[in-house]
Amino acid sequence: MTQSAAAKAGRPHAVWAIPGVLFFAFFAVAPMILALYLSFTAWNGLGDPKPVGLANWQKLVHDDRLTQSLTVTVLLTVTSWAFQTVVSLLLGVWAAGRQRNRAVLSAIFFVPFLLSSTAIALLFYALLDPNFGVIHQDTLGSTSGAFLAIVFVGGWQFIPFHTLIYQGGARQIPEVLYQAAAIDGAGRYRQFFSITLPQLRNTATTSSVLMIVGSLTYFETVLILTQGGPGTDTAILPYLMYEAGFKSYDFGYASAIATFLVVTATALSLVLVRLTGFGAMRSTREGM
Amino acid sequence: MSHDTLPRPVTSAEEPVEPPHTRRRRHWTRRPNPVAGLGSLLWLAVVIVPIYAMISASLTRQDKALGNNALKPPTDPTFANYNTVLHNGFGHFLANTALVAAAVVGIVLVLCVPLAYVAVRTRTVWSGAAFRLFLLGVAIPAQAVVVPLYLMIAKLDLYDSLLAVILPTAAFAMPVSVLILTGTLRDISEDLYEAMALDGASATRMLFQLVIPMAKGGISTVVIYTALQAWNGFLFPLIFTQSDGPRVLTLGLFNYVSQFGVNIPALLASVVLSGIPIFAVYLVARRALVGGLMGVGGK
Repeated sequence: MTQSAAAKAGRPHAVWAIPGVLFFAFFAVAPMILALYLSFTAWNGLGDPKPVGLANWQKLVHDDRLTQSLTVTVLLTVTSWAFQTVVSLLLGVWAAGRQRNRAVLSAIFFVPFLLSSTAIALLFYALLDPNFGVIHQDTLGSTSGAFLAIVFVGGWQFIPFHTLIYQGGARQIPEVLYQAAAIDGAGRYRQFFSITLPQLRNTATTSSVLMIVGSLTYFETVLILTQGGPGTDTAILPYLMYEAGFKSYDFGYASAIATFLVVTATALSLVLVRLTGFGAMRSTREGM
Repeated sequence: MSHDTLPRPVTSAEEPVEPPHTRRRRHWTRRPNPVAGLGSLLWLAVVIVPIYAMISASLTRQDKALGNNALKPPTDPTFANYNTVLHNGFGHFLANTALVAAAVVGIVLVLCVPLAYVAVRTRTVWSGAAFRLFLLGVAIPAQAVVVPLYLMIAKLDLYDSLLAVILPTAAFAMPVSVLILTGTLRDISEDLYEAMALDGASATRMLFQLVIPMAKGGISTVVIYTALQAWNGFLFPLIFTQSDGPRVLTLGLFNYVSQFGVNIPALLASVVLSGIPIFAVYLVARRALVGGLMGVGGK
């Protein structure tokens, strides 16, 4: 492709990108490689790591807690995704309408997102306290109660954000589509399933990727609400890693879990990107 | 984008339904949708009840809190719990958090704006590779690298300092920031660059006179997104700091749990206090905040 002299002039030199790339490489990419190295060592946080070959990985393969943790992580991710997608899709499409009451309600709906994960976890820790809270029973002491509490608290925090994404998406749908459908005699529900849902598929992809990657980071919620309990029933992978490293001081084993987590998360993201064409997010002009 | 979020006072749903096609309004506002309306009220309760219970309990005297139903309004409201929290380092934690947020936003903008500019305007193998690095970077969970970062921070002699929190937080805010900025920069018309090039403008001048002014929307989204990330950060402060000196707000809250023990009203007062700064920003800059975040989803 030939370009005019004018189009070539004044383009920034690629060197401009180097500081950012180096910074990111040092604090995010290099640690991943270091994590892989550490997974072949024994290190208790003091002194230098000592190579131990495959010991950590052999331990990992035979660790029942890992299997359980992986199951909990997957279950939690899927349940959270389903809960958050359904609620934020419906609320977002509803809020895309223009009456004043919807604007006011949307403003209130957004408030939970303003609190940090820590603050929200503490809030529900207090409200679910059997001696103090709203429900006078030991919700967090039962396996299903603890699991559902984490799903609910995660949703309470992140549904506002995803509602906003769906609201933005729904407002981009061309009005003519609905007018044409109305002329064809399509009712409200028909319009929702035949126009709104298909038109929101790119929005849904973006939102889902953020939800799934995000639910891997429910660390604060788990640490504060349940500490992985009862027993190890809500010990998601990041929590298992934290316990191995920063509670048992077995940093080599924690690195093996961390490496496993990176591989799982990356594979999951790549599958999602492939399946859904998430790369389309690169340009806001594409899609829709 | 942002003007879309303005509340437009259109006829409310309660008014008599007009015949279709007489007004150009969105199809779903033509007649009320009772199911959706009911659903939204239900969600309103889900949002409001915990917030109400939190505020009400934070005003309850500690000796009356246990065994009480948190939904009942306090009979004898008191600000004593807030006093307790404010005398336990809250202001110090808040100042640290504000410092972290400002530094993280600064670093991310200085590094990411030129990066996005290169990714959009320079077509070389290297700039493409750099962009893909950040595309993949979105998927790196911070949990996965805390152990090696812990080692690096210790070796760099940064352990238990605010820099130990600032530097990794900035790095992990970069991928999404780069994605948002490249999305915005792609929408700047080629003609504008060509017009400036004809005037003999250098790339640096274009950055300051064209790219930054035109990308204001994307930049404010990045500022908000990054500031929220830094404000809410928990894992890095938990693992990279230890003493009171560099303690940030989220960690301060977490420590109140053991400090206050069963004093749940004081704990909730600290949660309310931690939300107030962001809530104040929300009241002032709601349009920018909401409009900016709405853009994260793309189209």
